[in-house]
Amino acid sequence: MSLKIDQDHSRFRSIVRGKIRQNLRKYISQGELVGRKGKDLVSIPIPQIDIPHFSFGERQRGGAGQGEGELGDPVGGDQDGEEAGSGRQAGSAPGEHALEVDVTLDELASILGEELELPDIQDKGKNKIINAKDRYTSIRRVGPESLRNFKRTYREALKRQIAMGTYAPGNPVVVPIPSDKRYRSWKTEAEPVANAVIVYMMDVSGSMGDEQKEIVRIESFWIDAWLQRQYKGLESRYIIHDAVAREVDRETFFHTRESGGTMISSAFKLCSQLIDDHYPPEEWNIYPFHFSDGDNWSMDDTLLCVEVLKGKILPRVNMFAYGQVESPYGSGQFIKDLREHFGKDERVITSEIRDKEAIIGSIKEFLGKGA
Amino acid sequence: MSEFALKTSLPAYLRDEQNKIEAFADGAGLDFFPTVFEILTYDQMNEIAAYGGFPNRYPHWRFGMEYERLAKSYEYGLSKIYEMVINNNPAYGYLLEGNSLVDQKLVMAHVYAHVDFFKNNYCFRSTDLDTGGRTVDPVRRPSGYDPNRRWIDKMANHGARLRRVVARQGINKVEEFLDCCLSLENLVDLHSPFRGIRRKRLVEDEEPQGTEIPRLRAKDYMESFINPAEYLEQQKKKIEAEREKERKFPEHAERDVLAFLLEHAPLERWENDVLDVVREEAYYFAPQWQTKIMNEGWATYWHSKLMTGKILDASEIIDYADHAAGVLATSAGKLNPYKLGVELFRHVEERWNRGQFGKEWEECDDLEAKKNWNLRLGLGKKKIFEVRALYNDVTFIDEFLTPEFVSDHKLFSFAWSNRNERFEIESREFRSVKEKLLFQLTNGGNPFIYVEDANFENRGELLLRHDHQGFDLRQDYAREVMRSLLRMWKRPVSVMTIADGKPIMLRYDGKEHATRHLRP
Repeated sequence: MSLKIDQDHSRFRSIVRGKIRQNLRKYISQGELVGRKGKDLVSIPIPQIDIPHFSFGERQRGGAGQGEGELGDPVGGDQDGEEAGSGRQAGSAPGEHALEVDVTLDELASILGEELELPDIQDKGKNKIINAKDRYTSIRRVGPESLRNFKRTYREALKRQIAMGTYAPGNPVVVPIPSDKRYRSWKTEAEPVANAVIVYMMDVSGSMGDEQKEIVRIESFWIDAWLQRQYKGLESRYIIHDAVAREVDRETFFHTRESGGTMISSAFKLCSQLIDDHYPPEEWNIYPFHFSDGDNWSMDDTLLCVEVLKGKILPRVNMFAYGQVESPYGSGQFIKDLREHFGKDERVITSEIRDKEAIIGSIKEFLGKGA
Repeated sequence: MSEFALKTSLPAYLRDEQNKIEAFADGAGLDFFPTVFEILTYDQMNEIAAYGGFPNRYPHWRFGMEYERLAKSYEYGLSKIYEMVINNNPAYGYLLEGNSLVDQKLVMAHVYAHVDFFKNNYCFRSTDLDTGGRTVDPVRRPSGYDPNRRWIDKMANHGARLRRVVARQGINKVEEFLDCCLSLENLVDLHSPFRGIRRKRLVEDEEPQGTEIPRLRAKDYMESFINPAEYLEQQKKKIEAEREKERKFPEHAERDVLAFLLEHAPLERWENDVLDVVREEAYYFAPQWQTKIMNEGWATYWHSKLMTGKILDASEIIDYADHAAGVLATSAGKLNPYKLGVELFRHVEERWNRGQFGKEWEECDDLEAKKNWNLRLGLGKKKIFEVRALYNDVTFIDEFLTPEFVSDHKLFSFAWSNRNERFEIESREFRSVKEKLLFQLTNGGNPFIYVEDANFENRGELLLRHDHQGFDLRQDYAREVMRSLLRMWKRPVSVMTIADGKPIMLRYDGKEHATRHLRP
């Protein structure tokens, strides 16, 4: 139900998030409610904005209380006044280990979306698959003999015989006549649409250190969270490469050690292979993401990459994203080459990620246009 | 029926209960406005509570903030609002859908007592809208008291008024100004509704065109002898000096700072509108925080009496006891106004039933005699009805808190311990407890601030004085409030106060804050 107060409520939330009325930021404090979830204590952060008034310092005043205790015993908290006769106050429980529950991952992703002003992803015409399936779930009275539904037929016959009085329980013989016959029939059901797969590709050559991998992990987590919200059935595939590429699972993707040289084309080829084998573009929205430090083995290899991209990958994917993390060892050449060849192509998005702060900007570049 | 009320309709079984309970309340002597009950879902209830009990308020984020707190509280099962009632004629009480029948009955009984309080306690007379600013003498009650208290409509009108302002000026601008006004909303004079209409000071007749000097009567040719130049000069100076003195206004220190600003600050029309709304609403809510303990105590007293005496049937007693206990629970250290109020009322009732009052009682030194004192006067009921009409929290506590009560109910005073960096129980002594309690309640726990001089330093600066009664102002907040004041006054603002025992003057001129030590 939408309430009148929703407007005030969302204004409040915007202020707390710092989007509007920045001058109120200094009055924001984090209060908390302590609740219970089973036997666990749950801490619910409640942001509060205190409008300043002429008042006394709390510590100055002290106050009066009620209950047990010796002189010198500590007293919990301070009073809070309330206006019109409203209900009871929440009791304050003693401070223990409390689980913080604030927002769900879904809410987080939507906040991210708002922050970055990411548009909701629209299904591209060609990728909207109506996979129509016929399911034999209904019944009709006429049909080919191969579609006879025996149970139903005999049931009808039995009903008829009982009605007519020719059914003898002692000698249960049921003989169907043509009008008893029932046949299976089908209904056409449309299978749901947008399916998406993300192919994460990461350069794990010697030049990618822990810090760089950390950046990639953080960025891909958020991209994953955002896209999960947009697509119900989201699949992720992970490819790591140095001089050769191989597909791995998520754990390995993030934890591989550094090793050999760098041939980016190997990853692209494998990606293309993956698409060929498992993800026909008519049915899937495909988002390859490649992260590297930009230091490819040779110019030849780079040209090969360009070819593979142009020929095999780009025609079949929604977009191709390349994120280049900065590394002390890498030359950062690859991004320049990509931009040279694909600068005009809208489907190719490149982004430089200098450090952790730049991650947000990078995500915005990748997802901002909507794929 | 207010056009802005929600107009939900009670299911038949609740309507029946309402009629029954109303009859019981009436039979017990309670005197209330006609009361309408609305039944709400939990989110509607949270919304109404966030709006202070009204379906319609002006747009502001603070209501959103309150709503967030209530909604989260409810969502995580921490608390739910059982009862909500507003000071209106007819009165509106809100029931939460989904509550058990016992709860709803409890709420209804509680609400009727609240409405009786709103109608009969003198503080609430100031919320009568048909008295034209002059409040009826609370003791001499006119018969058939049926005041206009259509505050639901008034609040809704305020909302509409401010929405119009927002439409013209933009929400950010208006909200910022509203924040300034709200900063000042505790600067009201609680006695002013009972003092009569403010005499407005006309500002127009203060423009001296030329200094008109009264001359002594003289014929033309005698002019220079009777009214020589020096004499005229002297007179001129005298007149101007008097004018200077007059320029100090307000003549008397003004506690209703908001009214003062409304009349004298260079506000634009829309700003005036906004400030006016904030001030009126501040005055509307003022009686409620002046009588919180009494009001809740009174309502608890009656719901308890009616429920256990008349309303409940045997099967409901346990449920009722459980919930009632919840209402009266004290969490560590906090003072529960419901509990304090009801216990004090019961205490008064018992004393007056047993004749434990008056000169003899006061002078009796024998503890044994005091404990067994029972004149069987049976004046308790009459007394508490009288008390609920004529006292507010401060006078209530002042008059009726006794050492026996303090010790029986384990009251204590607490203070901040610098050594241990926390609040600690300070004393259980009657004097100490009473003092602390009264201090908390006086002026709603707000400092006394007066407009001392609106032409300070003869430069049109605003000077406020903090009447220091033993506790220092919070300086960081004070500085922020001064910003708001300057926003309205448009000239530098100063506040005289005492900090750490030394008199100081805080000053804000729009660019920086300064603190000056004054000679004591």
